[in-house]
Amino acid sequence: MQSSSDPRGICQGYFFHDSSYNKNSLEIDKTKNREVIATKRILNVNDTIAKGMRAKFRDKKVFVLNMMSSPGSGKTTLLRKTLQIVMQDIECAIIVGDICTTNDADRLSGTGAEVIQINTDKFGGDCHLTASSVGRAMESIDLDKIDVLIVENIGNLVCPAEFDIGENKKIVVLSVTEGEDKPEKYPLMFRESDVVLLNKIDLLPYLDFDIELTKRIIKRINPNISIFEVSAKTGSGFDLWTNWLKNQVVLKPKVDKFGGKLD
Amino acid sequence: MHEMGIALEIIDIAIASIPVGMENFNIKKINVRLGQMSSVNVENLMFCFDAVSKDSFLSKVDLSLEVIPVVIKCQDCGTRRTIKKPIFVCKKCGSNSLKILSGKEIEISSVEIKERE
Repeated sequence: MQSSSDPRGICQGYFFHDSSYNKNSLEIDKTKNREVIATKRILNVNDTIAKGMRAKFRDKKVFVLNMMSSPGSGKTTLLRKTLQIVMQDIECAIIVGDICTTNDADRLSGTGAEVIQINTDKFGGDCHLTASSVGRAMESIDLDKIDVLIVENIGNLVCPAEFDIGENKKIVVLSVTEGEDKPEKYPLMFRESDVVLLNKIDLLPYLDFDIELTKRIIKRINPNISIFEVSAKTGSGFDLWTNWLKNQVVLKPKVDKFGGKLD
Repeated sequence: MHEMGIALEIIDIAIASIPVGMENFNIKKINVRLGQMSSVNVENLMFCFDAVSKDSFLSKVDLSLEVIPVVIKCQDCGTRRTIKKPIFVCKKCGSNSLKILSGKEIEISSVEIKERE
């Protein structure tokens, strides 16, 4: 390997070929060169933890939503508004991820939902939440008492799309101040997500944003995605979006602190 | 942005792949497959791998990154095609029911180890 001052040079291994050797299990040749073949997903550790969490959520009948977006799309305001509407009917808990500060958790307090803040200050782990970080945060939540867990991921349209956190559905928030072509710039995020919330639509009269073009671009990447147009400021479009959310949930019978059923 | 974490995982997997009982060995090459639709940047990953393997017994390892194109298959007419842009519409029949056959990989395909005499 060449020195790090020559990143182009070390990219010489960057090539295309037919990797038919994948099919073999183990080859040993006479020069004692061994090729140990074991195709392994590099994010395997994360996937395994996420799989375990998904089983636990299923067992506890908790619907888990992984909410992603770029910074400043209005996730936290949107979430606060959503909680104000749905908390009458469903019990929610929120995990919020940020590199620093507890501002988002502070903004969500007072909604009645339990809010856990994760700060990802670790080396290499600052751009997305991993299954294990969500798993640790989850330990302080009583899953028997909640119907929905919403994980507000770190504001970033790149890495969070790659990391399974055991969720049932992925949702991406795109604000209309961001530009119509953003889905084309981050196709994996929009391909992987189940729902898009087009937020800040109250600003449309002041912008040149073509919302129909944006919807066409999104549908080209992912024809099965559901799109809701909302404004967290005015509450516009929240009936459709919160109905979608309520329809995902299997409500638990309410129990008192001794485990007795309440009506 | 998460290339450092991926570089560390690659090293863990490579070390774990050394056959039990083999003592005198050099890891020569690690073959990695990255889909074009994965969110991993090739140059950043090279840089991170170089940084974390430097001054260790892995410093001479050749990290070979194979970029896998995005190949889709139409679920309606069966046409397979490699796409360069994220437009998931079948060019032949116009269907948008498409399966991604490749292009999302982030995986190690093999580790080449040389046993010393």
